[in-house]
Order: sequence, then C-alpha cells, then structure tokens
Amino acid sequence: MSLSAALGGSLGLLVCLALHPALGTHTKRDYCVLGAGPAGLQMAAFLQRAGRDYEVFERAPAAGSFFTRYPRHRKLISINKRYTGKRNAEFNLRHDWNSLLSPDPRLLFRHYSRAYFPDAGDMVRYLRDFADRLGLRVQYNTDIVHVTLEKDRRAWNGHYFILTNQKGQLYRCSVLLVATGLSVPNHVDFPGSEHAEGYESVSVDPEDFVGQNVLILGRGNSAFETAENILGVTNFIHMLSRSRVRLSWATHYVGDLRAINNGLLDTYQLKSLDGLLESDLRDLAIVKDARGKFHITLKFFLEETNASQSANAIPLPQDDNDNFAMRVAYDRVIRCLGWNFDFSIFNQSLRLSSGSEFGKKYPLIRASYESKGSRGLFILGTASHSVDYRKSAGGFIHGFRYTVRAVHRLLEHRHHGTAWPCTEHPITQLTNSIVRRINEASGLYQMFGVLADIILLKENATRFEYLEEFPMQMLAQLETLTGRTAKHGLFVINMEYGKNFSGPDKDVFFQDRSVGHTEDAWQSNFLHPVIYYYRDLPTEQEVRFRPAHWALPRPTAIHHIVEDFLTDWTAPVGHILPLRRFLENCLDTDLRSFYAESCFLFALTHRKLPPFCQQGYLQMQGLMSTQSLREHGVESGLLRDYATMGQVLEDSGQQHDDQEPVGLPLATGQLIQSLSSNKEEL
Amino acid sequence: MASDLRVLSSGVFFVVMCILYKSTEDPLPELSPQNYLSTLQPGKASLAYFCHIDFPSTSVVLDQLREAVSPLQDYGVSVAKVNCAEEETSRYCGKEKELLKAYLFRGNVLLREFPVDTLFDVNAIVAHVLFALLFNEVKYITTLEDLQNVENTVKGKADMIFSYVRAIGTPEHRAVMGAAFVYGTTYQFVLTTETGLLESVGSEDIEHAHLYFFHCQLVSDLAQPCRRTLMGQPVTTLNIHVFVKTMKAPLLTEVAEDPQQVSTVHLQLGLPLVFIVSQKATYEADRRTAEWVAWHLLGKAGVLLLLRDSLEVSIPQYTNVVFKRAEKEVPVEFLVLPDVDSIISYVENHMHLEEIPENEDSDLEEPDLDIQDDEVAETVYRDRKRELPLELTVELTEETFNATVVASDSVVLFYAGWQAVSMAFLQSYIDVAVKLKGTSAVLLARINCADWSDVCSKQNVTAFPAVKMYKKGENPVSYAGMLGPEGLLKFIQLNRISCPVNIASVQEAEEYLNGELYEDLVNYSSLSALGLFSPTMTVAKEDFTEAGNYLKGCVLTGIYSGEDAWILANKYAATLPALLLARHEDGKIESVPLAGTRAQDVVQMVTGAARETFPEITVENLPTYLRLQKPLLILFSDGSINPQYRKAILTLVEHEHSDSFTPGWLNLKNTPVGRGVLQVYFGRLPPLPLLVLVNLHSNGQVFAFPSDRPINEQNLALWLKKLKVGLENHIKILPAQEWKPPLPAHDFLSMMDAAAAQPPPGKALGCGKAAPVQENEKEQHEDELARRKEPVETLRIKHWNRKETEKSLRPHKEL
Repeated sequence: MSLSAALGGSLGLLVCLALHPALGTHTKRDYCVLGAGPAGLQMAAFLQRAGRDYEVFERAPAAGSFFTRYPRHRKLISINKRYTGKRNAEFNLRHDWNSLLSPDPRLLFRHYSRAYFPDAGDMVRYLRDFADRLGLRVQYNTDIVHVTLEKDRRAWNGHYFILTNQKGQLYRCSVLLVATGLSVPNHVDFPGSEHAEGYESVSVDPEDFVGQNVLILGRGNSAFETAENILGVTNFIHMLSRSRVRLSWATHYVGDLRAINNGLLDTYQLKSLDGLLESDLRDLAIVKDARGKFHITLKFFLEETNASQSANAIPLPQDDNDNFAMRVAYDRVIRCLGWNFDFSIFNQSLRLSSGSEFGKKYPLIRASYESKGSRGLFILGTASHSVDYRKSAGGFIHGFRYTVRAVHRLLEHRHHGTAWPCTEHPITQLTNSIVRRINEASGLYQMFGVLADIILLKENATRFEYLEEFPMQMLAQLETLTGRTAKHGLFVINMEYGKNFSGPDKDVFFQDRSVGHTEDAWQSNFLHPVIYYYRDLPTEQEVRFRPAHWALPRPTAIHHIVEDFLTDWTAPVGHILPLRRFLENCLDTDLRSFYAESCFLFALTHRKLPPFCQQGYLQMQGLMSTQSLREHGVESGLLRDYATMGQVLEDSGQQHDDQEPVGLPLATGQLIQSLSSNKEEL
Repeated sequence: MASDLRVLSSGVFFVVMCILYKSTEDPLPELSPQNYLSTLQPGKASLAYFCHIDFPSTSVVLDQLREAVSPLQDYGVSVAKVNCAEEETSRYCGKEKELLKAYLFRGNVLLREFPVDTLFDVNAIVAHVLFALLFNEVKYITTLEDLQNVENTVKGKADMIFSYVRAIGTPEHRAVMGAAFVYGTTYQFVLTTETGLLESVGSEDIEHAHLYFFHCQLVSDLAQPCRRTLMGQPVTTLNIHVFVKTMKAPLLTEVAEDPQQVSTVHLQLGLPLVFIVSQKATYEADRRTAEWVAWHLLGKAGVLLLLRDSLEVSIPQYTNVVFKRAEKEVPVEFLVLPDVDSIISYVENHMHLEEIPENEDSDLEEPDLDIQDDEVAETVYRDRKRELPLELTVELTEETFNATVVASDSVVLFYAGWQAVSMAFLQSYIDVAVKLKGTSAVLLARINCADWSDVCSKQNVTAFPAVKMYKKGENPVSYAGMLGPEGLLKFIQLNRISCPVNIASVQEAEEYLNGELYEDLVNYSSLSALGLFSPTMTVAKEDFTEAGNYLKGCVLTGIYSGEDAWILANKYAATLPALLLARHEDGKIESVPLAGTRAQDVVQMVTGAARETFPEITVENLPTYLRLQKPLLILFSDGSINPQYRKAILTLVEHEHSDSFTPGWLNLKNTPVGRGVLQVYFGRLPPLPLLVLVNLHSNGQVFAFPSDRPINEQNLALWLKKLKVGLENHIKILPAQEWKPPLPAHDFLSMMDAAAAQPPPGKALGCGKAAPVQENEKEQHEDELARRKEPVETLRIKHWNRKETEKSLRPHKEL
C-alpha cells in the first residue's frame, strides 16, 4: 500500500518537473539531497517516511554509482555477518556493516550476499533495490554543477540554496543535504608525479604486473588492496608513505589498515622481498630513465640541476649513499593516496571551507553535521567524517546511517516542531532502560564517542525521558536541538574503549588487557558502556574545554560497566547491580525491586515507600512471589519466613529482627530489677 | 665573587619557591642570624632552623617546616629559616660539616634545640614545639607511681587527662598536645609512652594511642581511686575536643518536654541522646538506672531522665526509652527495651557518629557492594536452574507474532530474559498456564523482548513485564493488575465474555444478577453490574459501555436495553437508566440511578461497590483500601475471626465512624507477613486477636486497642472517642524517611582522579610491551594484589558534590 502511494507521489512529481521549466521558474523543494549513494538514500528514506517534500539528485543513471567502480578489486571490507547467534534485529545490526536503516526486513544486506566480505556489485544491487523498494524520489542523470545562496527572509534559514543542473535547470531548496562522498582522487604534487598511475585507473589484472618491480604510494586500505592483488606475481612491491602504517586492530578505527588487506605486512616481516618505507612524498621526485624505468630521487637534487637534463644526469641518492633503500628501478609507480571532497560546485557565498586539521579532505562542519559556513547546509555520509575522523565509524555506512538519522531528527524538530523522539518511563524502569540499550543498540555501538543516549530526568526524578543517539558533542545545545528540557539532571550513555588502549603503536594483545572486577571497571579496555551523570546540562564552554582524552566534560559522577568478552552486559551482579548502585546514589533513592509482600510490610510500617512499591504495588501492580522464589529468598536472608516466625519467637524469644529489638517489653519498673545485677560492675 | 653568585642564585631559587607555594601556604621567612635574633619579641615563641645557604640536602626538612608555618601560627609560634653565611659567627650556626639544628626560643631565651631528624614531619614539628612550650601543663611520666602521685595531687581539685601515645612526634602526640594547649589550664594532662603503664591502667591494646579522662574532681577521699572514662574514638584533635566537651557536660539532666525539642551539647557534637522514661512512682529507681546508663554512655551519648507525668506531649504507652539521633531530620525513636544492657548496646549500634577521615589507613570494614540486595534479582538468580514447564505457553517470534495473535484469542506476556522482575512473573504466568491447561480457549503466549525488541515496541510495550490480551476484532487490552497468578487468571477469565456483555432478555438479566448465567465467572468477580436502559437512551448507553470497557477484566458488567427493561427497574425500585449491583456473597442487589452519569463516575461507582465494608485485608487488596486515604482499623487474627467482633465493628461503622477510618481484618494464616507488621508495631508478637489503628496518611501514629478489654461496640466507641481527643497514647510512630540508596556506589571519578595524579606502574593503563614478561610476571602479580587491597573508594554522591565544588574553585588546567 505504501509502495503504491509512493508511486503516485513520484508520478505527481514528474508532472511538476515537466511543468516548471516551461514556466521558467525554480523547482522548489524543502529538502534537496545531493548524491544517491548510501548516505543520500538513507536520508531520503527518513524524509520519505516523515512525508517531507524532498528530492535526491544523482548524476549517474542509477544509485550507488561509486560502487560500480570502487573498490577497484571489488571486495568490500565492511563485514556482512549473517549469523550472530542472536535474534535481536537491532543487535544484529552491530555486525552488519552494509545495510541501511529501513523498516523493511528484506532490505538487510545479508539477503544480498553470502560473503563475509561482500562483492561491491552486491552493494550496487542493494542500493538500487533500496531506492526502488522504498520508492525514494531520486532524479538520476542530474548533475548539479553549481550551488549558490539566495537570501530571503521568508526562508527557513534566511536563505535558499539554488542548485543548477547540467542543463541549466534551477532548483530552490530550503535545506541542502550534501551526500556526495569523497569523489576527487587525492594528488600529491612532486616532480615526476605524472609518472604515477592512479588507483582509479590502474589495471586490476595481475597479469599486467608479472615480473615487475612495483612502487605503491600510500598506505591506506586502497594501497594494500592494490598490493594484495598483485603480490603473487611481482618481483617485489615497495610501499611508500609519509607515516607509519596504522593497523585498525590497534587503533579500533575501521579506516585504518584492515587485517584482510595486510598480506604485504606478512611477507615484508617474513623477509620476503616486499617492504614498507616511510618518507614524505613531497620531498621526493620520480625520474623516468630511457628504458622507461622509474628512479626515486630527492626533490632538492632536482632543483639543483637543470630540469631539462636527461634522466641519467640527475643525481640519485645512491650516488652518495650506496645503500639507499629505493636504489632499484621500478617498472611501475601506483598512486593510492585517498580521496577528497569535491568543493568545486559550491559558490563562495556558501562559505563551505575545508577543515585545516586533516588537510583539505573534508568540509568543515559542526558536531551537528551542519556546515559552519551556512545554516541549513548539512554534510552527510563519508564527507561528514571530519567529526570523528580516525575515531569512530562516521565515515562508513555502518556509522553514518545513524548520524544521518540524527540529522533527520534535528531537522524534524527545527522545521516541523517534532521534538526528538523519546520514550517516557517511571524511574523504576531506569536501570532496565539502560541495560536494554547497552545490550542491543547498534547506533551507540558503532558510533561510540559520537552518538550517545540521553536520559533526561523529570522533576523530583520520579520519571524520565529516554532519547536515543544524540550527537554528544552538541550536549550543551540539547534543549534547542531536541525540544526537550533538561532542567532536573541527566545521564549520558556512551560506549568507550579504555583511555589509552587504542592507538597506532599500541600492543592490544598485552597480558591482563581485560579487567573482570566491578571495582576495576573504569580500567576496562575493550568497548564498554560508560554512564555520565550531570546535575546540570553542561555549557558550551564546558564541552569545548573538557579535559584531554575525555569524551565529555567532567560529570558529577561517572560509571563504567565492566568490559565483557561477549558484549553481553546482563549479568545480575557483575553488570546490573553496580549500575543500579550508581543510579541510586546519583538520584539518592532506593531502586531495588520488591515483592508485593515486602511492599505490603512497608506500606503498613512506613509512611514512605521505595519507588518500586510506590509505582507498582500501590498502583495495584505489585509483583507476587511464588513458593519457590520465596524459599530462595528466605535462604538468601533477603526475605523472612513469616509463616514460621511466630513459633520461633514464642519458643526462644531469641529471634532478632534487623530493625527492631525483639523481646518482652518491660515497663520501666522492670528495667530497674535487671539493673541490680549490673550494679556491682560500677 | 663566586659565593656571591651562589647567594644570588639560591635567593632566586627561594623566590621561585615562595611563589610556587604562595597559593597554598604561608611563606617561610628567611633571615640572616642577626636579623632573626633582633626580631624575637618577649613572650613570643619562635622556631628557627639554622642552615647554610648552600646546603641543598635540607629541602625535605624545609618542606615540612614550610608546612608547619601555618599550624604553628595558630599556637602563636612563628617559624623562620635562618641562613648562615660561611663567615657567620652566630653560635647557632655551628660548624660547616655539622648537622644543623632547629632552635625554639621564647622571647630571646632558648628553650630547646631539636636535631633535624626529630622534625621528620609536620606532626613531629608541632608536637615537639608544643611539648616544649607546655612543659608545665603536660607531665610526662613513666611509672605507675608517677601516675598515682599526680592523681593524688589533683583529687578533689581538678580532673585529669591521661594519654598514652606510641612515640613522641606522632600524629596522636600532636593531637594530645593540641588539646593540652586549649585545656591545659583546666585539666591536668599526663602523657606516657610506656606500654607497661598503659597496661596497668587497664588497656592491653598497646598498638594504638589511648586517652582516659580521670574524674578526680569529685573524689574527696584520697584512698578512693578516680573514676576513669576511656575515649572510644581514635586519638585525633577533633575527637579529643568532642570527648572533653562531653566530659564537661552534666552527667544526667532531667527534662519534662517533648524529646523532639530537647537539645544539649551532645547533639551539637554529633552524639545521640538517650531519654530514660520515668514516672512518679518509680522516680528514685529510674534515676539510679539513668545514672548507671549515663556513666556507661559517657562520651558516647547524652543521657536524660524524661519525666512522663509532667510531659505535655504523649509518648507511646510501653515506651521506656526514647532515642534521639544527632541527625536533625530523623524523628525520635520510641523504644521498648528489656534491660539496661540493651540500652547500651542499642546506642552503641545506632550511634551513626560521622566518621572523620583524619586517619587514612583506618581499617574500617567496607560494605561489600557486590552482594545482591535486591530480593527479586537474587531469588530469580538462585532459581535460574529450575526448569519451568515453558512448553505450556507458545513462544512467539517476529515471524509468528502477528499470525498467532490474529488466528486466535490470545494472551501475550512480554518479558525480557535478563530482567529479574519479568522472570519472576514468568513463573506466575506459567502457573496460570498450568491451571488453564486444556480448559481454556485462550492461547497463552509469550515473547522475549530481549530477542524481539522490534515486535515489543510495535505493540507499544516499553516496560517489562507486560501482558496484553488480543481478541479478534478488538483492540488489545493491557493487563494492569497484580503481577501474580490470581489477578491474571481473573483477567483472563473475565475477558472471555465481552464487557459489558449484552443481555438478551429480562429472564437472562435475572440469571445474570443471581450469578447463574456465568456461574464459573462469579468466582472471579464478587460483583455483577448491570446497566438498565430503555432502547432510546443512546448517550447513557454509550457512557456505560465505555465504563464497561474500562472495567474489563476487573468486574463483570452487563447491559440490558430491551423495551421491557422497566420491569426490572420496577422490581428493584429504580428508574431508568439505572445501575444494578449484585453482590454474590450475600445475594444483595442494590440499585443506583444513572441519569446523567458519565463513564468515569460509573467506573467509580462500580469499583466503590466492589470494595467491601469489612474486608479481609490481603497483600493483593491492601492498595485498594489504602487509596481511600483514611486510617486503617485492622483486626489482626490468627485464623478466621469471631463473628461477634465483625458485628461489633460493622455496627460501629454504620453508626458513627464510617468516614473516619477504613476497617478491615487480617488473617495471619492467609497473610503471614502480618506477623512482620505486628513485630514492627510491638517489637514482638502480641496475643491475638488484636485491634490496631494505623494512621498512615497523616502522622504515622499506631494505636493498639487494650488487649485486656473485650472487643465490643461500646468499648470500641469509647476507645475511638478517646483517640480522637488525644487521650490515648500511641504505641509507635511510623518513620517518614525517604528510601535512600542501600549502599554507596564505586566512586570511579575519584579513582580516575587518583590514577591521573600518580599513574600506577605499567600495564593497567596499557603502556604495553614494557620489559620482558617473564621477569615481570611476579611483580605484576604483586601489583595486582596491592591494587586489590586498596580500599574501595566508596563515597556517596553528597561527597561527590563536595569534591565537585572544591574542584571548581581550583583554576582549570585545561584553560
């Protein structure tokens, strides 16, 4: 039914499109999405579900065009774990790095590939299905060549984004969502760089490399993927990069070198002829000799001599230094230096600039994924990775599917008055809500350190609201971004690795790397839940100037749930009990659960009841115990056997209650009698 | 020239030092010998450390001295560092190679000289200086004879404070000297370090410092020894102060006012008060008791004699001791204690004197935070290995959920496998399944939301456990009753018929009212409600139907709107629209007019009617009666009650007191936890039957009907009347405390701070591939042990708060 409605919608759209150019006006859209890759489609899916006026522009004739060519060797390194032993769909997404979020269980990537590291072609098929099944409004073959701003006070953001396509057609958008990825191959300029073949065009047929000496520039996954492909047929492969290789198992960052690609490391360290070298490319030069072989020399040697000189006359390092590592001649030089964002289509007025920190790779954005330069311009997907570059998964499908959702939620509140979705619960459900999320939530798990769950306490802390996956660096602006109030204290639930555990040169397999005791939980190394308690919402200043290596400003109190080998944090004593104690002490209340019988006793002997009895038993929803549970309770000493209490008391008069002294009450006169026996002691 | 430079550079060094320390400490003045000696003022004490300008190894001493500047200033002692230049001639400067010394002057008179090694830390410095200055006030003794001599000289004149410290210069010594500085003129201080002497005074624990108060002032006879009181707390400045203050307070005070209002010096010092309740008849004996208690609690609590007869407020009848904690908000406790020893032990167990963590390595026993104190979690965990007959319920999945729920009328339990409350309820659910096995058309199903969270959230289930009933063509109904088998069974059974059920004829209506129509359901609903309408009363019918829907699963409701409905109305003396309420227990049928009654009010009426006037109170139904917000009049009985009592109370209710309380009775055989209630009220199990009035909602007072009087209407009426005008004493006041965290939590923030302040060796922080593993293994193991022995930092949030504010005062490093 929804499909047919969507079809109807897109038909109507076609009519609009046909009409507007004829009238010579802009096509108007509330939301324009650039790019029908995973991030663009993901955003479209959310906009579609919310019934928003949107359009996706894609220059290729179909969705997911990047994956039609890349990765060149066709093997995706995002895992497609089809079996986890668990049936929880949300949990299983923790180990599904390829699916986009949708309510349709058929749109799970495991239905598209059986391979653990799937073929890129399957991704293309998946993305096209995703767009079709959900009936997303995508205009293919539409290349947006220019984006500019038009000031208008009536616009949502004080301006419209004017998009021009390759045919000169104009689109006027209230919000612009850029999901164009990183599409421009990165070039490093040095003398002779023109001799290098690019990753984007180099042959993928190993036959073309038989018996060759190959130099690969770069040390990312594309460089290693290229090496892996030809490792068996070349004489040797040398790999050159500015800094040392970063292994993803040590950094816990999926963008670093993955074990699946690291065959060359193995052969290098096992004294094969392959090898890794570190040097800044910009200091080097490549010289092509008469036989078409390439020699490595230093740039300043070149500057000293006349550029027009023949290759043989150019000084080489080995002339002076006869054991120079790269003194052999190479048959091929391959450049695998990564990708950059395409800034070229954006007019200056958008003030979309590149961040300086990581070079020119990514556009500069806030933690809310909104451009720092223009309000209403959001960067989604791979291009938004500056927020968590080398930290979390925001540059990859399994991460940005959640950040896209966060952006969508922000937009829903900003423009449609829909507050950030939340569920409200009585305080007795506090521990449960947290335990549930830390055990199944995928967004928290993938986007650790970036997206966090927020618990907003209501007045008197009797109820709370639970907000999922909020961009935690925007914590100070939570109220304006979500439309919720945080006046009475809040908890932030984040997932973290141990503070000094991850890093390029860290040995992550050291002895005693895991802790098991609850009191050592703060020293946990593997990814584990951390709960921050703030009595007041932190200010922007506090977030910005938080202590080094802290994900958030210093909280009022903090709790670490001890790391777990199975990432199953449901152990009653190891995980839940310490969490409950933490929450109790933050809220200064008793969060234990009680059987109805205990609540009955409290109700008749206390004027106040613990929250569990108040919100359960007193509402006539008390929990009745069963015979077997009661017996265990008596055995553990937590419950009393009231049925036999009378006898014990009458028999010996020795039974002691933990609260009240027991025994025959004596009038004051009787007190005196017992005194006489004590008198001698004085 | 060279030495000048050195002077200059060390001068610069000290300027830097001063700046560095300025923020936290008073500067240590530095003077030349001449300058120093000229600053000495008559009568003022001064400690000077003489050292060579270029003597670098003395910095440890200097650091300690610097720290001592401020504490010594509190005692009026100034501190200085005197720099001896090489050519210096002052005799205090000594020879170059000699160890240098510190000197204590009063005015310009040299009192003592201290070798540097005696001044090893601040405590030692302060202790030594005060010891020298208070030479006359504090007698240092070594033998028992010395002690007796001093004791004899002060008898009848003053009290004496005797203390044993393990060594001179210890923190305890400093604490004693500090006390002597304040109280030295009032009390005779005696100090020893001899363990033999301590043993002869009566203590065998020579590991710790001890302080005794000798009550010598009262002693007139030289042959009589002075009474002694041992200070129970560790010897610290604050504890000594508190101790001495309590020694000065009167031993016993008589009061005749509300204990809640009484305040003495003890309360201000954080000590509790013990009131011995006395009455005229036994005054003398009570006073002796109180004195005895007072001597035994000296230094631990204040003891007062409370004269009951002249008291304006009432205290519970049997109370013989009133205990008042030092904490302000805590109400006084009225106790019934069997003997004087239990008074002492009660006080000692309930002192709650706030521990002042002056001594960091005190071996206080930490509560074990890892012991489960949640009864539900613990019992479910202990029961985890028992196999339940789960096969009696259908386990649903995402795939089967919708199909199952659509295919047949079904009840679904939503639970989470990891959640204790869910799992406890699952047992009751299975019990119901066992009871319904083969008899019910309703399918019992369950779904584990830990696996199928999507299904649960689609069904709007956000908290576990939850039960919903799915019936064809109807909206699912959520179960909102007790999480136990009885309530659930009732819900399931009553939901078999629609609510309200349509009655076809007058004949059927009669059968419905007398319980024949749904014979098997009458067990579950003590009340059948029937709405009577003429066919045209559509609005009233709608309202009633809405009410019926709301009452689904609680009460049987039916609706009849035939043309001949007036026949029934006439029969039960009602006018249409009307509500007939049939109580099956006694067969009574009551009619209520329904004209203009909204659905909400209908619900109120029916639930009100479902409440009994003199119910047996059970765990399940107590909340229903608590809702009335009235005092409860409960007759506790071991077994069923005497019908006469029932009659007496019912007539009482009918006659006069129907609105002032909720009557009920409690059968201890059915509700054994009632024994627990009685024990709290009486401190024991009183003879039964017993009538108790519990004022839960206002002041928490509990009154007991005198057990020696027969329970009849007159006696009850009289008793209630007396209660009303305040002539009866309550036996107990129920506490109104909030429920606080049962135990503290691990304070990870402080642990992280501590670790940041001094990084522990190696691996815990993942410094990685350090030295060869084999060599390190043993060390690491020891590290591990040492780490585990560290006291767990367990501070409550309140303490966190305090630290937080301290922190914010400090400048931010990050800024």
